[in-house]
Amino acid sequence: MADMKNAVATPGQGGFDVGAALKESGKAAFVAGLLGLPLLALKADNFGSKLGLVYRWDALFIAIAAVFVGRFLLILLSGRQKKSEGGVFAAFGKGIHSNMALIGLAGLVIGVLLPVVYPDRYVIYIATTFMIYVMLGWGLNIVVGLAGLLDLGYVAFYAVGAYSYALIASQFGWSFWVVLPLAGLFAAFFGVILGFPVLRLRGDYLAIVTLGFGEIIRVILINWTDFTGGPNGISGIPPITFFGLPFKNGDHGTFASFFGIAHSPVQRIIFLYFVILTLATLTNLFTQRMRKLPVGRAWEALREDEIACRSLGINPTNIKLSAFALGAMFGGFAGSFFSVRAGFVSPESFTFIESAVILAIVVLGGMGSQLGVVIAAFFVVILPEVFREFEEYRMLLFGLAMMVIMVWRPNGLLSFREPTIRLHPKKESA
Amino acid sequence: MKRTILSEFSDIPLDRGILSDRLIGKRRTKRLRRLGDNQQYNGGRVAYFLQQLINGLTLGSIYGLIAIGYTMVYGIIGMINFAHGDIFMIGAFISVITFLVLGALGITFVPLALVVVLLMAMIFTAIYGWSVERVAYRPLRGSFRLAPLISAIGVSIALQNAVQIAQGARVKPMEPVIAGGLTLFTDSNNFDVVISYLQIFIMVLTVVLMAGFTYVITRTSLGRQQRACEQDRTMAGLIGVNVDRTISTTFVMGAVLAAVAGLMVTLQYGVIDFYIGFLAGTKAFTAAVLGGIGSLPGAMLGGILIGLIEAFWSAYFTIEYKDVATFGILVLVLIFRPTGLLGKPEVEKV
Repeated sequence: MADMKNAVATPGQGGFDVGAALKESGKAAFVAGLLGLPLLALKADNFGSKLGLVYRWDALFIAIAAVFVGRFLLILLSGRQKKSEGGVFAAFGKGIHSNMALIGLAGLVIGVLLPVVYPDRYVIYIATTFMIYVMLGWGLNIVVGLAGLLDLGYVAFYAVGAYSYALIASQFGWSFWVVLPLAGLFAAFFGVILGFPVLRLRGDYLAIVTLGFGEIIRVILINWTDFTGGPNGISGIPPITFFGLPFKNGDHGTFASFFGIAHSPVQRIIFLYFVILTLATLTNLFTQRMRKLPVGRAWEALREDEIACRSLGINPTNIKLSAFALGAMFGGFAGSFFSVRAGFVSPESFTFIESAVILAIVVLGGMGSQLGVVIAAFFVVILPEVFREFEEYRMLLFGLAMMVIMVWRPNGLLSFREPTIRLHPKKESA
Repeated sequence: MKRTILSEFSDIPLDRGILSDRLIGKRRTKRLRRLGDNQQYNGGRVAYFLQQLINGLTLGSIYGLIAIGYTMVYGIIGMINFAHGDIFMIGAFISVITFLVLGALGITFVPLALVVVLLMAMIFTAIYGWSVERVAYRPLRGSFRLAPLISAIGVSIALQNAVQIAQGARVKPMEPVIAGGLTLFTDSNNFDVVISYLQIFIMVLTVVLMAGFTYVITRTSLGRQQRACEQDRTMAGLIGVNVDRTISTTFVMGAVLAAVAGLMVTLQYGVIDFYIGFLAGTKAFTAAVLGGIGSLPGAMLGGILIGLIEAFWSAYFTIEYKDVATFGILVLVLIFRPTGLLGKPEVEKV
């Protein structure tokens, strides 16, 4: 239950005092009892069209006991390992960052070899989903991590990309490879349209406007039935082809016949996986490159100090706009990939929670860190898979995990941040 | 084939917030259609306008009450308390459950029941607000700006799902507690302008609460401490203000107002579910921003404006696009007044 974690308080000082720990746990359990009393012990159950009360005192007592024990263990643990933790993580982060190129290469090799070593449908499928999130995370990282703009409606651009492919492909029959750049352009265009009026707003105002924009796009997708298919979405989107060769059974002009191999449905899935792997890798390389260009440096400078940037003659609106549009473009690419993979799009896939998840990937990973995004995306995609058996508790655990990770590592999992450039590169600081 | 994770994060059914098409929209459209017929036959334009004004003010009061919670928290610690909408949802659930408990105890005298429900909702929701701050935000105070926001989104997801598990996913219907209303006047075309007793109750309660809170903030020692923390937390701590307790109190006050709003929504719309917090929270936050975040009168003004925009847009244009209208107007206002209607312009210092 939600109450379980509600009892974390400041850790006790110094040595371990059983009496104080018990008292603290008692307090936590008392609060948990108060929290659980109206919502856990009493349930407003539907009986036909009426409501009736159902009493569940057992659940309340289990929750109180769990909080008591949990709080006690937490005090016990936090008393033990006090100092080492932060240092270890910082060193870990630094170690990772100094071997970044190597790790990136290793990751890429693992990514390429995965379908060869593990040609399992389910594994490839999850890996593809994981890569979509990595790509979205990297795209949003440009906006949030590098340029420091809080975007709560990133999913809107993802939706624009997805619907671009869905509509163009099913109306005109254009191939994925033609539509992909178009989808990116459309998304970037929407980014500029939204960004232009609002980018001069301060951080939190920008947050609500982008959130509103995400909702607007979704509301339009739901209600403009003639164009977007309304809540039912668009189905029967043409599947991906191997640069023109379809993945299906047949003697002529198919992927299998061209290469003279037997047709298997897994071929398409593996190809899709490689497509997203390539797209994501390009996103990353692009971002890494941008960081070294003047505009990329201006993003980071703007994030650190807007006034200083203005005094140096940088036009904040243009710089922000470029970050916003580029981030949106990658969202659009990912979106059009999403729709070619699923063969079906509906507004349901583009709710706020999706934006929140992508933002969580960026922030949990440690803002601005490309590797952090990968690690956080791993958490976000794999965690729900692991919890699949708990079904209804899955999202609850997900939300709690988000909160706990943030409280535990407020700067993200990989919090070590090195400026992209420094005046005297030889000198090692910190 | 397994379903994609992408769709699974969003397996909450479409658009289920308060005033959504699924829950209240239908009813409202029905009422509108009836009104529309009247209008067609009789052309009761002024009366129709007045009726929408009353509806909009009621809705606006509710948004305003939630918006105050956002604005107070933002003012004092500069964070968007994303879980505030869900605190409101919990207030609504506690109200329904307290009504049921009172029903089981045989207390049916309406004024007494209302007072008890109001108190219970306030108390228990306040405990939720307090715990959320203690667990999810306090450890993050002083860390960088987005950390509490992500933590708050996590809390919001957790609260929604906890309530869904504990209370079930089905929509909870409530029978009307306060029925009837006053017919203000009937125009020459037989169109009645009605203000229900419930709407009177909501507006009066909002005014009373607003007056009370303004008094607390401007005249009491607690209010002075809050304003001190808002201006400079470190300095306030140095001169002996208990900063932690003041911030906790702020969250408790926000939660209390959200609980009242939860009760009002329960009474007014008669249906709640675990998902009402998201849309109401978003609207209320929009209201807070519209009015100028950090400003109490601004939050109330923003709430009323948003309520009016929604009511009139639904009445005269399309109910489907009312959210688009709301956010569109927000963008327009922010373009011309970047700090909201009553917000103080921020002076940036180097």
